This record gives sequence, structure tokens and C-alpha cells, in this order.
Amino acid sequence: MKIAVCVSHVPDTATKVKIGENGITIDPNGVTYVINPYDEIAIEEALKTKENLGDESEVIIMTVGSDKSKETIRKALAMGADRGVLLKDDNQRDSFGIAKALAEEIKAQDCELVFCGKQSVDYDNSITGQLIGEIIDYSCATVVVDLKIDGKKIIAEREIEGGREIVETELPAVITAQKGLNEPRYASLKGIMAAKKKTIDEKPASGSENLTEVLKMHMPPPKQAGRILGTDSSAVPELVKLLREEAKVL
Amino acid sequence: MATKILAVLEQRDGFLKRSAFETVSSAKKLASELNLEAEAVVVGNEISNINEIGKFGISKVVHLKNADLANYSSTGYRDAIANYANEVDADYIMLANTSLGRDLAPRLAVKLGSGCLMDCVKLDTSSGDLIATRPVYAGKALVDVKFNSAKKVITIRPNVFKAQPTENSSVEVNLIEVSSPNLQSRVVDFKKSEGKLDVAEADIIVSGGRGLKGPENFNLIEELADSLGAAVGASRAVVDAGWRPHGEQVGQTGKTVSPSLYVACGISGAIQHLAGMSSSKYIVAINKDKDAPIFNIADYGIAGDVFEILPALTEEIKKVKQG
Repeated sequence: MKIAVCVSHVPDTATKVKIGENGITIDPNGVTYVINPYDEIAIEEALKTKENLGDESEVIIMTVGSDKSKETIRKALAMGADRGVLLKDDNQRDSFGIAKALAEEIKAQDCELVFCGKQSVDYDNSITGQLIGEIIDYSCATVVVDLKIDGKKIIAEREIEGGREIVETELPAVITAQKGLNEPRYASLKGIMAAKKKTIDEKPASGSENLTEVLKMHMPPPKQAGRILGTDSSAVPELVKLLREEAKVL
Repeated sequence: MATKILAVLEQRDGFLKRSAFETVSSAKKLASELNLEAEAVVVGNEISNINEIGKFGISKVVHLKNADLANYSSTGYRDAIANYANEVDADYIMLANTSLGRDLAPRLAVKLGSGCLMDCVKLDTSSGDLIATRPVYAGKALVDVKFNSAKKVITIRPNVFKAQPTENSSVEVNLIEVSSPNLQSRVVDFKKSEGKLDVAEADIIVSGGRGLKGPENFNLIEELADSLGAAVGASRAVVDAGWRPHGEQVGQTGKTVSPSLYVACGISGAIQHLAGMSSSKYIVAINKDKDAPIFNIADYGIAGDVFEILPALTEEIKKVKQG
């Protein structure tokens, strides 16, 4: 079975965001980019699935982006994926534009199982996996914290408010990974060396049909530092009084 | 005929959720601003509180009914709603940005050939077109976004748009039986989590961090949460350390929350945690390090020992609640 993992090259979560000169994206200067944390979980699940199948299955890493995204593909290859595909586009795409290019590549490569992170930590849309599934008519289970694949049958546990839904569906499928699904492995030195020899195909990303458009990026209104009421429990009655009378939240 | 906006409402166990009424009010507001006709749609079997929709300003609701659609099915709900939306030629679809809304909205968007804007916190129509504002980087920044597609799917962040009761309280329920729903993907069971309340839905959250020194001390957090009727949250540090389940994590790789009150206990305020909670209406910080970044965004702080302050705070809250 061919297994695709769609990954995203994103600013580290410790990044302090500054708006870029174009006014619609962040300023990339001085920003450290990493594999989207949820995508690491997706990669791990793909590798585990391949190991469990114990056959000639192949794990293919795909991303849409500029040359810089190759770094992220390389990291995924170092974890143990077999090869990578970079769908090149230097321009900003919306989720739909990204999903469309990935969906076409998944179809062209005939991947029966697709893993994505449940959301990327930059744009936080949490929709790319579902869009891919819909575009190529694959089943899709999102925010998955437990996964069983038995032949064509899939049983996925997805995290929702107050518990977990058990979803039954079938291959071909897209699964979006949530924290808790597994513990992503670290790349070994051997893995890092091997990754250097693995292939990354580069081709232009198809289409670029953006259905939404960012007009402006701005910062949230600054929160003013409040009052420190004291240094021990003697400040508690005043705190409770303020919560009741000033904030009116009790 | 005016163009339509459909408010897609979420029910669980046959009961419309609070976010459903927020969706009704927001759809109604958008409809009056853009001169649209607002209608509500709900998929499910029996829905006990369906008549309450009228209280929030929409007088027509379509109930797409089938016993097999009592629980969520991504394919079944998608097809039922998309078919109806196409039939009435709706231009706007609005959902709450809940687990169900996030799962379903993009599927509807593909079916309708529309763009999809998720987790909106502001809908501005002053230019005559809809411009939505949504947080990115877990709230470290915001973007103003417009649609390039004729049809539009929007999800709104829960707890941000208020459900506004109106005087009109009558509602006309139009029952449509869904024949042979598409159950290719379906929910077959539900496992309730141990925590009483989920941080994503709570109006008050009490969160604990490293300052609690160990998982055994989280009873202090739980007791305060109980006294407030609050959900328990946690920082990434304590989730990564295995003290608390990841479902409780607040922050950039956890949940982004905007409750009325957020009480951060023993949390210093790493940037990725602040991103996930700084849009809370009121923030209380209790931390022994007076220079901790959490105090920069807290409305009220006590720069002291959580082990001394938390039990006192729990007592005081109980006292006040009884009085």
C-alpha cells in the first residue's frame, strides 16, 4: 500500500509573531521553522502502519511550498519515510489551493491511505485533511487519537468535547492526527544519514484556485497588565470581591 | 427571492447545544446586515428543544430527520445538508466552530464549491461585503479575510458571539425525512472522558502548571474548579510530563480557549500557552515568581505560593457561593 503523509513547514510554536512588510503574513526573519507538530504524529502513524503491514508498503511525504519546505521533508525522511514530493509554489495559497494540489498528487501516486496533522499551527484552519478527502472522494476521520485498520475497515477514535467518538469507515481514507495518537520517534543518526540519499521529487503544484484571500494581518489589542493584589492568601478576599463586583464573573 | 443563509445547528443526544443558539443569533444578525433570508437546519432524530430556536430570532427551522442520523455521520450529515442547501440555493452556511463544525464545514464547502473560513471572531459587513476576522498562530495574530467564491461557508468561535434572545418566540419546524442516508463514515459509539467539563466548552477554566510540583497536587486545582463549576486545564509542560491528559492542554498545541474567567495557577506563561488563553475575558494568575510573563496579561494576580493560596481561594469561593 502507498501511504501519503501531507506535511507543513511552520514557525516553531515558541515564535514571537511580527507582521511582515506585506501586511498579510508574518515577518519570517529570525523565525525557526519546524515540521508542524501534528504532522510529526501523522508521520509516526504512517511509519507504524507500514511496520504493522510488514509488506512492501511505501510512505511518501508530500508538501506544497517553496524550496525551504524541503528541510521539513528531509526531517520526515530522517524519521524513516521512503521518499518525498515537493509541490512547488512560492505564492501563498489558502487551504483549498493546498488541498487541491495535494489531492491530485495523492490520486496520481495512487495512495490508498493519507495522514495529515489535524491542523497546522500557523493558520489553524484544521480543514486540509477533510478537503483532500472530499476532493478525491476518500473517507476522512479527523482529530484521531486511536486508529485500527483491519483490511479495508477503519475504526478511529476522535477527540471531541467531553469524550471520544468511535468512527467506523473504510479505505481509501484520510486520517488527521491529534496529540495522543502516538509518540513520534526521533530521527536516529543513521536515519539522518539515510535521508540524504532518499529522493525528493520536485514539480510545480497544480492549480492555484484560492477561494479565500487574506486582506490584512494585525495584532490582537494588547492586554494591559493588571494588578498584583498581594503575595499570600491574605489577598484572597479582595480577589474574590473583584471577580464578583468588578469582573462580574462569579 | 432573497438569498439565503443557513444556520447549521448542532445537537447531541437530541438536544441543541448552547453554540447552536449562538449560531442562530449570528446568522440572524448577518442576514439583516446583508439582506438575506435566515433559516436554521438541524440533522438528527428526535430533537427535544428545537422550539427554542425561535427565541433567538430565526422563525424557520428545517429538521432533516432520520433515526440513523441521531449520531454524527460525516457523510450522512454532509449529504443531507448539502442537498438541502443546493435545493434552496443558499449562499451562506454558518456553523459553530466545535468538533462537529470543524469536521463538517470543509466537507460542505467542497460539495457546494465554496471557500471556507474557520473560527471567525468578527464578521464585518460595513463595506457591503463580508470580511471575517479570524485568529492565526493560536491567537498571536489575527487576519481579515474575504471570500473569492460565490458561496460561503463560515464557522464562528463558540463563546464569542452571544446568543441574543429576541421578542419573537414562534418557530415553524419543517420536517424533512432523509431517505437512505449515506453512512459510509459514522459514529458507532461514544466514550465519555473522566473530566466533568471540557475546557473547549467551559465558561470558567482553572489551569495548573509546573508550579504544582507533581500530579498528586492537582487535587488543589480540581477542588477550586469544583467550587467554581469550572473545567480543569493544564500547561503543555505538565501534559508532556504525563501529569495530565492532553485533552486538558491549553495553548498552541492544545486548545485555544476564550472563557469568561481563566485562573492560571503555577503557570509562568510560555508564549505558546499565552497564545491559547489570552483572549479570555478575565485572567487571574497565581504564581510565586512576580516576574512571570503570565502577570503581563493577567487582570488580577497574587504573586505567592499556590499551595497556600489555592485552598484559601477555594474556601472563600465556597463561602461566597453559599452566602
